[in-house]
Amino acid sequence: MSAALFTHPLFAGFTGAFEFIFSKQDSSVTGGKKVGGIEQVLELAWTQVEVSVLALAVALLIALPLGLYFGHKGAGELLAVGLGNAGRAVPELALIAFVAAMIGVGIVPLTGALAVLGIPPILTNTFVGVRQVDRAAVDAARGIGMTELETMRKVELPLAVPSIMTGVRGATVNIVATATIAPLVGVVTLGDFILGENVYGVDGVVAGAICTAILALLFEFALAGLQRRLTSKGLRLQAR
Amino acid sequence: MTSLLAGLQLGVVGEVGEGFVKERSGETLPCQAHPSHLFCWNWAAENLHRYGTPTLQQFELVIISVLVGFVIAFALALVAHRYHLLQWPLLAGTGVLFAIPSVAFFLLLLPMTGRGRETAIIALSAYTLQIIYRNVMSGLANVPESAKDAARGMGLTDRQILWKVELPLAVPEIIGGLRIATVSTVAIATLAVFAHAGGLGTQIYSEANLTFPTAIILAGGIAILMALAFDTAFLFVQRLATPWRRAAETAA
Repeated sequence: MSAALFTHPLFAGFTGAFEFIFSKQDSSVTGGKKVGGIEQVLELAWTQVEVSVLALAVALLIALPLGLYFGHKGAGELLAVGLGNAGRAVPELALIAFVAAMIGVGIVPLTGALAVLGIPPILTNTFVGVRQVDRAAVDAARGIGMTELETMRKVELPLAVPSIMTGVRGATVNIVATATIAPLVGVVTLGDFILGENVYGVDGVVAGAICTAILALLFEFALAGLQRRLTSKGLRLQAR
Repeated sequence: MTSLLAGLQLGVVGEVGEGFVKERSGETLPCQAHPSHLFCWNWAAENLHRYGTPTLQQFELVIISVLVGFVIAFALALVAHRYHLLQWPLLAGTGVLFAIPSVAFFLLLLPMTGRGRETAIIALSAYTLQIIYRNVMSGLANVPESAKDAARGMGLTDRQILWKVELPLAVPEIIGGLRIATVSTVAIATLAVFAHAGGLGTQIYSEANLTFPTAIILAGGIAILMALAFDTAFLFVQRLATPWRRAAETAA
């Protein structure tokens, strides 16, 4: 089936892209230096993984404690939910270009910009998740002598995990997607293939799109697996 | 005009005048010659007309994409509501489309549909599927069993129950999904410039503008305002579409 599938006119445009991924190609503008090939693909993919994970970590470090705290206190609902809504409206391209123009290029400004995109969904979903925890469970925790911090860590956090993970997955989709245009901030991710048609050619552009899509899906699957592992057994039973 | 924003400029030596920055050397440079100057009001006023077409293009991209996405997602949700076995595969399938970065999606379509508006619309509407599908499904799932029982007791058929009871009660959640989908699509449609589909991204991703904060802020600002306008419009529609909620509010 494979040979027939790849020669089908609908997929013919992809053959060059697959060649670009697996073997080095000549480029007209790099002065004889070859481009593409699995090594360069993996190198750029790794950069994209690094900046995405870094930005996600920064966003989590900021948003998770804030969401837990405000959810526990039951305060700042308007702010937490409004921030989530406002965050969706931020045009990624404008944010990245703005950071490049005003702050400069490099991994630090990029991580900052990506973290800005990741904070709203995590904060909002953490807040909502904690608020949805049955107040009786929280009362029971206090009743058996847990401190406020223990209540947050041992009762509210585990019960809020499904909602938190929804936020983390939303944040990741946006961060990984925006890391694709990171070359605008001087960080060479897989997006460099996509944005650099004059260097890599059309095959390179399509190859970049294929690899970026695969990378994003790997993130999605990894987080779906993580969500299953982090959700406590009792909650999993309830969902069924 | 001395503005608040101009006062926020980062690290510019000199004072801010009428759209110009006066260097200490006495030389007067146009505002846009200073990459570190945050916002040039003069340039913005003189060049605002350039943003008309891109704004319209972006508006069209969003409207068409969300409309296409809604029709497909709504149909999928109705099918899954009827055939429960399909619920999970459809959720997973739309989830995959949702996770693919839009820039990659645009160019994945390159060998098939080339570049242009259609390509951008396909990718943008694919992105909205999951959000709308999910909200329609949860809206239908949250309809109280008692309401359906009452309808059944009045002799309504399954089809009548769906259209006259379940869907109207699910309207707030369905519109909630449309709001999220539309606001996100406005932001992402800025990236349609990479599909050569126009939009506000054209005013950001160009040689001259990529280092010019005023152009970026203007384009980004218009996109945010557009998202806000859509959001408000949907809130209004939601109120109109759920008269029983208003009745309950006045009764309470």
